[in-house]
Amino acid sequence: MKKFDFTIQDEMGIHARPAGMLTKEAKNYQSTITMEKDGKSVNVLKLMAVMAMGIKCGETVTVTVEGEDEEVAAAAMEEFFKANF
Amino acid sequence: MITIQGKGVSTGVEVGPLYFYRRQKTEIKTYTVEDVEAEWLRFKGAQAIAIQQLEKLAEKTRAEVGEEEALLFETHQMMAEDLDYEESIEFIIKEEKMNAEEAVSRTSVIFAEMFASMDDSYMKERAADVKDVSQRILSILCGVVQGGIDSDVPVVVAADDLAPSETIQLDKSKILGFITAYGSGSSHTAILARTMGIPAIVGLGDSLKEEYEGREVIVDGGNGAVYVDPDEDTSVHMMKKREEQIKQRKLLEELKGKTSETKDGHAVKVYCNIGSPEDVHAVQVNDGEGIGLFRSEFLYLNSSTYPTEEEQFEAYKKVLSDMNGQRAIIRTCDIGADKQIDYFELPKEENPAMGLRALRISLTRMDFFKTQLRALFRASAYGKLGIMFPMVTSVWEVRDAKRLCETVKKELEAEGIPYSENVQIGIMIETPAAAVMSDRLAKEVDFFSCGTNDLTQYTLACDRQNNDLGRFYNPHHPAVLRLLKMVCDNAHANGIWVGICGELAADLELTETFLAIGVDELSVSPRAVLPLRSQIRSLTMENKEKIVESLLNDFAPYI
Repeated sequence: MKKFDFTIQDEMGIHARPAGMLTKEAKNYQSTITMEKDGKSVNVLKLMAVMAMGIKCGETVTVTVEGEDEEVAAAAMEEFFKANF
Repeated sequence: MITIQGKGVSTGVEVGPLYFYRRQKTEIKTYTVEDVEAEWLRFKGAQAIAIQQLEKLAEKTRAEVGEEEALLFETHQMMAEDLDYEESIEFIIKEEKMNAEEAVSRTSVIFAEMFASMDDSYMKERAADVKDVSQRILSILCGVVQGGIDSDVPVVVAADDLAPSETIQLDKSKILGFITAYGSGSSHTAILARTMGIPAIVGLGDSLKEEYEGREVIVDGGNGAVYVDPDEDTSVHMMKKREEQIKQRKLLEELKGKTSETKDGHAVKVYCNIGSPEDVHAVQVNDGEGIGLFRSEFLYLNSSTYPTEEEQFEAYKKVLSDMNGQRAIIRTCDIGADKQIDYFELPKEENPAMGLRALRISLTRMDFFKTQLRALFRASAYGKLGIMFPMVTSVWEVRDAKRLCETVKKELEAEGIPYSENVQIGIMIETPAAAVMSDRLAKEVDFFSCGTNDLTQYTLACDRQNNDLGRFYNPHHPAVLRLLKMVCDNAHANGIWVGICGELAADLELTETFLAIGVDELSVSPRAVLPLRSQIRSLTMENKEKIVESLLNDFAPYI
């Protein structure tokens, strides 16, 4: 299992479009990727659930990657968060 | 002939048969199913078709309107295949043994409510998206084909209102114009119409009657009028207008991207007056060089209670970042007089035009004023902001307002919240007192913007709302023009710039006079930008002296 924390830099927070991009990106890996904030955790494949977390700029989320390709997936996710959020 | 009146949101004149866009009602039947697997597959089939449709819509929108609008449909697509959404539908079909329609409509309600209950205004609006997507799947399940124009000839499309997904699906070659009972200038229909260069009129209300279906209409997107069964005279007149507009549009298209300067190289800025963040699009389409007046009242008018700092910040930030570094001047709340808001609980006044309004309210309710200033300064980090105070009469008012700005900046600094150090502070010159005191006021601020509507009303003692005043209400009155000249002179003597943001700014008869007295900026409605630029480019400064002379001495042309 791989884990990393990320503080959202995008001024809009994770709104609809970036949430969609995240879902798309996560589909490329077998690992289960979850995102946690304030004790609430969702699978990032669930677009509307991710949106419903209402993650705003400046808030920190914990991303957990678990599965066969977790090494690659976690690295890719970290890149993705940096580039898009 | 019947004439009905709405609000023109996209200019142009067109003539053709009126056609009502009809939504087929999807009747949701609720029943239990035996073969739940088959019912589940029925849903999956409809879902797949919906996704396909949305993909096509996104492509079409990208080609016809733009990237931003296209992304809306991509989000819809992802919502249609969302795992939780699907799971909820699956549960209702497989466990509760209900039919697919019932499962979709119940799930739609659950998810729409989830978004509607969020405390973020952006997320709240997503409830409409969930409903739109679900409606699409339901229509497919019920075998209802939505929309489309069933006509061989191009038509004027009428509707109560049109959703973005409905507007974009229509066959553009069949549309002469849009007319709707509801909607606003910032609705998708209006945006699309302007992109397509066809007329659109919204807000016709009940006067848009179904019985007009198929009858010939002339629509004039410029003044918002629809003529049903036009008579001979109207037809001739409107056809002429149509030709002129086409010519004018061509000419103006050539002016896009050109500078607003006279033949002899005297440049003046042409900015826009807008009332909501969505209007920024119109500013850009019409090549406005900045925003000279953004009325912040819409935030207060569209709300049932005081808008929060966060809501205001989001709106201001949107305007500033959308303007890509061009200047945007936001005027602080200008309510009172003809603009009343219930929750402000303003005392009833005998003469509200001269009552507690605009900056006077802000200065008596500092907490509410401070919220707005905090939102403004926070937004200043995202663009080139100017803040403007309305209805100034005295120097102390400006000093009080500026002091509050300083307090706000210190607070933000202490909280580690970024803001720009280069925010220009300006005031409206719309009372004779401010004009007369402009030599002193100029030492307090970075710019002046003359609100000629109120300045004329107060100078001439003529109520703006009173239509009976006729020739007594003369916006070209030399008293007003002399005041404007005085304001310009005082501004320049103190090294600050001066603009005009009232209706007079777009009055092409006065453009030469304004340039002569030294106005640096003219702020007009977006659609008036290019006509004004055309006028400026046709002028020279040769007669400057003569104009100023006649304004001060004989002023014969102005009486």
